Amino acid sequence: MNTPYKNAKLHDCRDAFTATLEALAGQNSDIVAVCNDSVGSSKLGNFREQFPERLINVGIAEQNMVGVGAGLANGGKIPFVCAAAPFLTGRALEQIKADVAYSQTNVKLVGISSGMAYGELGPTHHSIEDFAWIRALPNVPVIAPADRAETAAAIRWAAQYEGGCFLRLSRVGVPDLLPDDHVFELGKANMLRDGHDVTLIANGVLTHRAMIAAALLEARGISARVLNMASVRPIDEAAIIDAAHATGAIVTCEEHTIFGGLGSAVAEVVVDHAPVPMTRLGVPGVFAHTASANTLLDDFGMAPDAIAQSAEALIGRKG
Amino acid sequence: MDSSELRRIANRIRRRDLQAVFEAGAGHIGGEMSVTDLLTALYFHTMSVDPDAPLDPHRDRLVLSKGHTALALYITLAEKGFIAKDDISSFLKHNSALNGHPNRVKVPGVETNTGPLGHGLPIGVGMAKAAQLNGDTWRTFVITGDGEMQEGSNWEAIMAAAQFKLDNLTLIIDHNRLQQGARLADTNNVAPLAPKLAAFGWAVEEIDGHDMDQICRALSPETITQGQPKCIVAHTNKGQGISFMSDNVAWHHKVPSEEQYKQAMAELEEAAQ
Ligand SMILES: Cc1ncc(C[n+]2csc(CCOP(=O)(O)OP(=O)(O)O)c2C)c(N)n1
Ligand SMILES: [Mg+2]
Repeated sequence: MNTPYKNAKLHDCRDAFTATLEALAGQNSDIVAVCNDSVGSSKLGNFREQFPERLINVGIAEQNMVGVGAGLANGGKIPFVCAAAPFLTGRALEQIKADVAYSQTNVKLVGISSGMAYGELGPTHHSIEDFAWIRALPNVPVIAPADRAETAAAIRWAAQYEGGCFLRLSRVGVPDLLPDDHVFELGKANMLRDGHDVTLIANGVLTHRAMIAAALLEARGISARVLNMASVRPIDEAAIIDAAHATGAIVTCEEHTIFGGLGSAVAEVVVDHAPVPMTRLGVPGVFAHTASANTLLDDFGMAPDAIAQSAEALIGRKG
Repeated sequence: MDSSELRRIANRIRRRDLQAVFEAGAGHIGGEMSVTDLLTALYFHTMSVDPDAPLDPHRDRLVLSKGHTALALYITLAEKGFIAKDDISSFLKHNSALNGHPNRVKVPGVETNTGPLGHGLPIGVGMAKAAQLNGDTWRTFVITGDGEMQEGSNWEAIMAAAQFKLDNLTLIIDHNRLQQGARLADTNNVAPLAPKLAAFGWAVEEIDGHDMDQICRALSPETITQGQPKCIVAHTNKGQGISFMSDNVAWHHKVPSEEQYKQAMAELEEAAQ
């Protein structure tokens, strides 16, 4: 990747997640963490040091883990259920549906190393269906923060929100994009850059790639708006409709299959309210080949350059 | 094949595994070292499989349910001739068929794609049931990790296998007492495993999972109890064969430094003498 962020320091958002969770747990003794032999990969080692009794490790048993989370919520606790995203969402999907969504329990589902963060470990360890799966369920907001400030803000928001939610975190390094004091608002996108020729909508590890793409487009005389859309459900309909009207073309970028994720969610709003040409970038409905996380994003047409090219091609289709 | 020859093959697999983990900068070396003797005995003593006919309907089946130790399986398959030995150097590389978890679509000899723990045994029950329905004599073997036995799906399959009287099914539990982040005893202690399996209606045998004679004997068809699925609780060490890795939870998926690599290789080479 060639980039404005070339020299920017990259951060693993799990650190912001656990630092924030530890701080909140210090203030609120009802906060507990639940995990599946994932103390290391969820970076809960420090949490365990500080609150040994409030770290509930059920072992390698994800269905049990989510059920236990729902029971803890019933007992007045605020469980942050943390596990590798593919096993949390894929393995325990029915528990998420019945015990969290349908029963409306206060369970914070934290999917760690989501998307294709596990790279070479292969498709069993990729979580590129979770937007689609969880977005299909009522009562569970779906949130994919883009950097450490937004991760911390989303965790603070989740702790005080009355209800279940799904936070989709990565482990792949990203630069700082949002201000340190960022406040997360459910269902609100952040315009990181204004523009009038095309809008790039992204979240998670794709947001900074979209920002780089916008800079590349600017160098070619194209003005791109960039919306960071962490909240996939509920989605910011007003921001999408405004982007459609103001720029007339929308490219979505996501670390997810293009079937049912962010691009689909945006397209649903676009077709209903403001039809404009769209391109949905993401994993094109295949199981990934062997490669590292960032290489896979490049291979699937989401290198900043390729995003810029897709945007240019889309502009050519405007009416 | 006699057990000294099997030990030589296992030692060669361990050395290749160590080298591949070192070169790729990733792998699950602890669990690979613990499962190597079991894989060696299965492929070079017990199972009837033909690298030239990997999908022969009458082949014996092996499901490596602890799929994170795929590398040990790949190297065993290469030793047996299912894939080229040179392929191992592509482990985890861009576009390689050999990713971190086995893929039957890409790698001949792999029966099913594993990686999420707790999938192999239900599939093994289905395989064994198919053989039973067909009146076929081929056998099904499943290897799980001991931490993996915390997954409820295993216990659903254990009940089904007993109910269906699948004496053509053998579950081998790689009982190294360690899971990813800690000892089983400090996480969710499923041990002792043998009495649990026995209570569920299985024939159970406990062995030293690094003693070739014991492994081969436990796997031989003469030890099958008619009408009962068999569980071999194989007492193993994570990191077996490398002193500083052995029984050390830090080595679940750690990668050795150059110095550690040399020491580990020297130890394995010495054991080969
Ligand atoms: C469903 C699922 N949950 C979690 C993981 C992550 N994981 C990979 S290996 C492992 C530990 C496995 O321990 P064990 O079964 O004892 O294997 P071994 O000691 O032989 O490596 C875990 C938790 C996974 N692969 N699948
Ligand atoms: Mg183990």
